[in-house]
Amino acid sequence: MSANPPASPPRTAEQMLREAITDPRELTRYLSYLDRIKSEGMGTSVMVAPLEAAINWARANSLWPLTFGLACCAIEMMAVGASRFDLDRFGAGAFRPTPRQADLMIVAGTVTHKMAPRVMRLYEQIPEPKFVMAMGACTIGGGPYVKHGYHVVKGIDRIVPVDIYVPGCPPRPEALLDALFKLQARIGSDRPLAARWSKRAENELTGSARP
Amino acid sequence: MTLLTAPRPDTLRTEELLVNMGPQHPSTHGVLRLVVRTDGEIVREAWPQIGFLHRCFEKVAESVTYAQVTPYCDRMDYLASMNNGLAWCLAVERLGGIEVPERAAYLRVMMAELNRIASHLLAFGTYALDLGAFTPFLYGFRERELILSIFEKISGGRLLYHYPRLGGVARDLTPELAGEIRAFIAQMRRAWPEYNELLSENQIFIKRTANVGVIPAAMAVAYGLTGPCLRGSGVKFDLRRAKPYSLYERFDFDIPVGEGIKGEVGDCWDRYWVRMREIIESLRIIEQALDGLPEGEIQTKVSRTLKLPAGEVYVPCENPRGESGYYLISDGKTSPLRVKARGPSFNNLSITHALVRDVLIADVVAIVGSIDIVLGEVDR
Amino acid sequence: MTPQEIHARLTERFGDAIGPWTEPERGDPHIAVAPGSLHAVCAFLRDDPELKFDYLQLISGVDWTDRLSSVYHLMSLSHGHGVVLRVDLERGNPRVASVADLWPTADWHEREAWDLLGIVYEGHPGLRRILLPEDWEGHPLRKDYAAPAAYHGVTNA
Repeated sequence: MSANPPASPPRTAEQMLREAITDPRELTRYLSYLDRIKSEGMGTSVMVAPLEAAINWARANSLWPLTFGLACCAIEMMAVGASRFDLDRFGAGAFRPTPRQADLMIVAGTVTHKMAPRVMRLYEQIPEPKFVMAMGACTIGGGPYVKHGYHVVKGIDRIVPVDIYVPGCPPRPEALLDALFKLQARIGSDRPLAARWSKRAENELTGSARP
Repeated sequence: MTLLTAPRPDTLRTEELLVNMGPQHPSTHGVLRLVVRTDGEIVREAWPQIGFLHRCFEKVAESVTYAQVTPYCDRMDYLASMNNGLAWCLAVERLGGIEVPERAAYLRVMMAELNRIASHLLAFGTYALDLGAFTPFLYGFRERELILSIFEKISGGRLLYHYPRLGGVARDLTPELAGEIRAFIAQMRRAWPEYNELLSENQIFIKRTANVGVIPAAMAVAYGLTGPCLRGSGVKFDLRRAKPYSLYERFDFDIPVGEGIKGEVGDCWDRYWVRMREIIESLRIIEQALDGLPEGEIQTKVSRTLKLPAGEVYVPCENPRGESGYYLISDGKTSPLRVKARGPSFNNLSITHALVRDVLIADVVAIVGSIDIVLGEVDR
Repeated sequence: MTPQEIHARLTERFGDAIGPWTEPERGDPHIAVAPGSLHAVCAFLRDDPELKFDYLQLISGVDWTDRLSSVYHLMSLSHGHGVVLRVDLERGNPRVASVADLWPTADWHEREAWDLLGIVYEGHPGLRRILLPEDWEGHPLRKDYAAPAAYHGVTNA
């Protein structure tokens, strides 16, 4: 939350709405809400930014990971969820068995060519907003198998977009927690209502989604 | 259960379905895919599909030096890194005629047994998780973390240790750490009855596992099952006793076998119970190793670019999951000509198709969970 | 029984199909078997009451660059003895009888040797790839194998 980008100079709610919403019909609708708020005397400077902050706060603190263990790293991922490290303290302990209920995919372990299409499909099945964490050396770049591993995908960013990388073989649970905090901080600076900042638009702009 | 599996009247229209379980499935312990032919709630047949974690170990091993293979072995059965590294080192040492100091052999035994307990604790937790009980998972990890902290102090790693080295071990045991291991033994003995109260004697758990997935002894042998899967069927075979390695012949321990206490011999509960009793036996071995730990060196000098004489060797070791070994062929160069890894999970899993016939879907989970596979060594 | 005694038993029974005994300087000895007799030898080893090899530990394919081999590690749980059999095969046309009917565990091991080394096990109930995807090209553990540049659009470099 604290990582919101400072808005300088201060903009009015109307300016923010005009920036954020591109669809003219949607914009008219939101501007009419704004008019109503103004006419009912609720002030002029509250709406968009605080709502985004509230949404970010909720998203960042209830990241539901997908139950998705691939190899050795998955054991450390389980350890993070278990007694000593207790991922639940940070709102990310509700491991979901189905991608349709999850919003964080921790890719924990080596992805092989046989597994790659499944990883892609799982990613596609997760509803927006979704985040991908590449846990361990194998997912970052093939790890120890980079040279002779004919069947190992040399980094999962070749098949799905990655939000955060966690180095280690395997990473310590503390490293995974740290990655979670970094991801939460990043979510805090998201602009979920601003369409041009949405993940999808960003991918379209940079063309970094999939090869 | 009898109602569901009983034959139905011919008038009832039914249809068989082919359904995929996995590779992403909460109860398949990694990336196992089961193709199941279901008839309503009953699974008529199941075909395990593997290879989703094929990391080319054998090709890698042919391309690096003997010492460099050791950390890759750690990543085979990642729940028993100590045991895997040991199996590799024993194979290289036997072909190379490398003597291991006695103290190092004792330390290897101690760590291998601690790792066996850690692995069985995880099996305990995840098996309960598969069957819908979450609490045992937290209990299992509580004691497992104590072992991991011991491992961390002696090797620097929490999961993959690279502790057994060619000709010895990486670090020596300090008196403080010996004290910590003794404290762990006491704690584990206190916690063990708790585990049994929580799960072993739990009526729901017994109903889910007793008389389910019965493997007769002859079938277990024919499918090359080893470890708790074989002993659960009543076959008293343990490589630590049958073909002792790393001075195991000096230690006194029992070999628990399935006795059919809750159901038929060789059912899921028996396999589970063998693991639980092995924890106690491992504690005994660790205690003896601590008491009898000889003084001396922990490492003989081994060249970094070791060249083995031409020849072949296979040293089987008793891992938490069964017989694990490396069939190593050398042609006199600095890297092996061929390394074939025998992972117990590979053989143990191959029985699935024969075992899963006309059982409930929920029982498939119980059966596969009781085999306790690690995909890292199935796919290699 | 020691491997040498087992070798003597086999030579007595199968004659020329069994290679001569060689005691290696280091490591484990093995018994060379002619490909045509492998199934008969295995059946004898399994069923003879004095030998009784009821447990097949592993089957491994080996590429020696000039030939291929299929190696069988056998053990008897009741007698506690073990033996290693090796069948040398032509590199161009590696064919040997399957032993999956004798030990069901051979099924997956033979599929693996086919997958990674391209050894054909005749009479196997379903010889297809086990670890690699069905449409993978080549057998990776052959010494002359080159990893593909890309697989289904995912680059390998």
